[in-house]
Amino acid sequence: MTIGSLIGILITSILIENYIFSRFLGICPFLGLSEKPSTAVGMGCAVTFVMTISSAVTWLVYTFILVPAGLEYLKTIAFILIIASLVQLIEMFLKKSVPSLYTALGIYLPLITTNCAILGAALLCIQNEYNLLESIIFSFGSAVGWTMAIVIFAGVRARVAFSETPKCFKGTPIALVTACLIAMAFAGFQGVELPF
Amino acid sequence: MSNILYALLWFAVISGVLGLILAFASRLFAVKTDEKAEKIAEILPGANCGGCGYAGCSALAAAISEGKAPVNACNSVSKEQIDAIAAIAGVASASEGKRYRAQVMCSGTNELAQKKYVYAGINDCVSANKLAGGDKLCPNGCIGLGTCAASCKFDAIHIINGVAAVDYEKCRACGACVSACPKGIIQLIPYDAKHWVGCSSRDKGAVTKNYCSVGCIGCKICEKNCPSGAIKVDGSVASINYDLCTCCGICEQKCPRKIIWSARSQSEEGIIRFKQDLSL
Repeated sequence: MTIGSLIGILITSILIENYIFSRFLGICPFLGLSEKPSTAVGMGCAVTFVMTISSAVTWLVYTFILVPAGLEYLKTIAFILIIASLVQLIEMFLKKSVPSLYTALGIYLPLITTNCAILGAALLCIQNEYNLLESIIFSFGSAVGWTMAIVIFAGVRARVAFSETPKCFKGTPIALVTACLIAMAFAGFQGVELPF
Repeated sequence: MSNILYALLWFAVISGVLGLILAFASRLFAVKTDEKAEKIAEILPGANCGGCGYAGCSALAAAISEGKAPVNACNSVSKEQIDAIAAIAGVASASEGKRYRAQVMCSGTNELAQKKYVYAGINDCVSANKLAGGDKLCPNGCIGLGTCAASCKFDAIHIINGVAAVDYEKCRACGACVSACPKGIIQLIPYDAKHWVGCSSRDKGAVTKNYCSVGCIGCKICEKNCPSGAIKVDGSVASINYDLCTCCGICEQKCPRKIIWSARSQSEEGIIRFKQDLSL
C-alpha cells in the first residue's frame, strides 16, 4: 500500500471505473436531480459525505464485528442498517443548518439510503479486500466521480433545454440519450492500466 | 438454531446502538416548527413565483405569521383564502390586492415587423439579444424566442406568430417575465385596463415606420384627443397612465397606426391574436 497505489485507486474510481458511466450505479438521482447545476452540486456533496463515512463505518463493523462473529453472510443487511441511520443523521443535520438545501433535495435525500451507489461502494471495498485507508480513498474517489458526472450532465442538460428537441424526446428521453453518449465517451478510459 | 439466535443477538446490539445514536441526534438537531406558518403555507398556492417579494410561499407564510407581511401580499388568493390566512395569523383581514396582468408592449409579428438578419443560434432571447440586439430591425422589439414563456410558472405567456402574448386569465402578475425579457418591454398593467399602446420603440417616427408597419410614430394625435390627459407621448412613443384612463377608447379610434389595442374579446385559448382581433 504505497502512495502510488492510493493515487491509483483514486484515479481509477473517479475516471476509469466511474460510478455512473461505467458501473451504472446511482442513476436515479443522477437523472432526477441534474436539471439545475446548483442542485446537482448540493446532491453531489451529500452523496460524497454519506459515501465516505458509510464506507468507513461499514468497513469497521465488518472487520471488527461481523468477521469475528462469523456473520459475513449478513453484511448486506448490516450495511443497509448503517447507511440508513447515517442518512437519517445527515437529514437532521441539513434540516437544521442548511434548510434551503434540505428543501431543494427534497425526496432525493432519503433516496440516498436505497441508492445502490452507496451500498455498492461499501460492498466493493469488501470485495476488493481494501484496508481502512484504501476503503476511504476508494469511496471518496467514487463519490467525487459521481459528483463530477452529475455536474457535467447538469451543464449539458441546461444547454439541451434550449435546443429544439422533437416533442416525443423532450425531458427524460433526450436526457437518457445524452447520458448514453457521455457514457460512450467515458468508455475511452476503459482498460487503462495505471503504472502504479 | 443457535446460529440464528446468535446472529439475531448481534443485530439487536447493532440496531440498538444505532437507534440510541439517532435518538440523541434528533434531540441535538431539533428544529422548532412554526405551526401557524405551516397552516398558512397550505392555503397559499405553492407555486413559489416570488411575486409577493418573498423567496417562495413558505417564506411568505413565515413572514405573515410573524406579522412582517400583509395578509393580502399574495396576488393569487381569493377573498375567502385571505380571511382564512388572517384568522390563522390572528390579525384583521384585508381586501384583495388590486389585480394586475402582464402586457407585452410590442405588436411586431412576423408579418408586420422587419428583420435585420436570419438568426440560427440558441433558441433564447437573451442569447439572440447579444448579437446586435436580436434579429428584429427595431431595437426595442420583441425577439420572440420564448425566454419569457420559459420563465412563466403559470403557462400564461406564449409566443404567437413571432411575438409574445399574455393569457390574461392565467397571468398572476408575479413579474417573472418582466425580469426575464432582455428588452424590458413587458409591463404590469391593471387587469381591468382596456387599452394599451403595443409599442416600445424609442426611435423617431420616420425610423419606426421602416422597422415595422404598426409601430408608434409619436404623432401625438392620441395625446391631443384624450379627454382625461391619460395618454402622453414622451419623445417617441405613447404610454397610458392608468390612474387617469377612463376607458373611453378615443385614442384607439384616432390612432393612425392602429397601435393602441383594446382588450376586447379573447380567442378560445384566452390569448390575444393580433391579426384576427383587428376585425372585432
